[in-house]
Amino acid sequence: MANEVILLDFWPSMFGMRTRIALREKGVEFEYRDEDLWNKSPLLLETNPVHKKVPVLIHNSKPVCESTIQVQYIDEVWSDKNPILPSDPYQRAQARFWVDFIDEKMYDAQRKVWGTKGEEQETGKKEFIELLKTLESELGDKTYFGGDDFGYVDIGLIGFYSWFHAYEKYGNLNIESECPKLIAWAKTCMQRESVAKSLPDSEKVIEFVTEIRKKFMIE
Amino acid sequence: MNQEEQVQLLGLWGSPFSKRVEMVLKLKGISYEYIEEDVYVKKSHLLLNYNPIHKKVPVLVHQGRSIAESLVIVEYIEDTWKTNYPMLPHDPYERSMARFWAKYVDDKVMLTLWKACWGPESVREKMVEEACEGLKYLEEELGDKQFFGGETIGFVDIAADFIAYWFGIAQEASGVMIMTAEAFPRLQRWSRNFVGNNIIKEVLPPKEKLMALFKAQFGNNAA
Repeated sequence: MANEVILLDFWPSMFGMRTRIALREKGVEFEYRDEDLWNKSPLLLETNPVHKKVPVLIHNSKPVCESTIQVQYIDEVWSDKNPILPSDPYQRAQARFWVDFIDEKMYDAQRKVWGTKGEEQETGKKEFIELLKTLESELGDKTYFGGDDFGYVDIGLIGFYSWFHAYEKYGNLNIESECPKLIAWAKTCMQRESVAKSLPDSEKVIEFVTEIRKKFMIE
Repeated sequence: MNQEEQVQLLGLWGSPFSKRVEMVLKLKGISYEYIEEDVYVKKSHLLLNYNPIHKKVPVLVHQGRSIAESLVIVEYIEDTWKTNYPMLPHDPYERSMARFWAKYVDDKVMLTLWKACWGPESVREKMVEEACEGLKYLEEELGDKQFFGGETIGFVDIAADFIAYWFGIAQEASGVMIMTAEAFPRLQRWSRNFVGNNIIKEVLPPKEKLMALFKAQFGNNAA
């Protein structure tokens, strides 16, 4: 049966990036469709009525929502190459735990770094750096979070890297000085074609964040 | 049972998160040692050692290694004890749907239900509206199935344990009635089936104890 894969996404979304990477890791051909989040397509509203969010993965007309669920789905369907989750149950549980941690904490923390001012921003910056340090500690001296192989946690986190320059600019931070091992990890990930193709250019993200700040923040 | 196989669960008697894990262990017939953690009074060294990141229960300890986060633990149990009572479907698409609904309950619905019962008066109406919206999606997803998992209890049913049992008690304690039989007949029916299951009912905390706890801790906002 022919595989028809469509990805409804938004180019700066760190969540959409996860799914793009997973599809590319598996060598799956897909049609990428960029959504205007201020004017959502009927297809998006139809395939994700509960959350009305991107990314949505549509495989042979069946929609899968939520980036972490999509990555697991992709791993299970295209199980013949480049496994994303480890095969050992305990390692799998650890991978799920850390992606859960990233999902619970990263988005709100990073948003405060570029999207707020004054005391709220200072608190946000501290929280954000602390989070990165926790993740860096979990990484330790390993090449990837899972060890020697690129996997689920790397995919869960790497998208945020494309936003790092924006955090540094608007948060007045130097992430490399705080978390050198994490930056080294990110650069290693960027060597992979699946990652390099799936992350937008940092400068474009900065432009995007600048636009958003103009629209929603009172200077 | 040798040391290698020993399963321990650090839990809290009234927590729906903790009970999720107990339900799955019991449904699969896995023996375990239960250790009650009085997290509100003092967190034990055991807990702080096994869950340094969140310092919360439940924590499962198996073969000397710890796993935290209730739904992560459930998937671990599913991956490790494969033969008895599967919690997730075989088909990858069906699995993704089960994970989607479990996440929806966990991330969004539980919190809105709780806030609808105990949130401040000023936002009560909005919270009730949001709670109803969440429940409507679940009512629709359940359809005519006996359980979210079909004919047997599955991953989504376990994730939604709060809705089946704790929520009814919270509504009674707070006086805020949302999940009525008129508005949500399917969820009501499901809730009775779930709570009435022979294995599940043995695991549930006593109603009077929960009622007293809710009224004592959150009773200021009772209608």
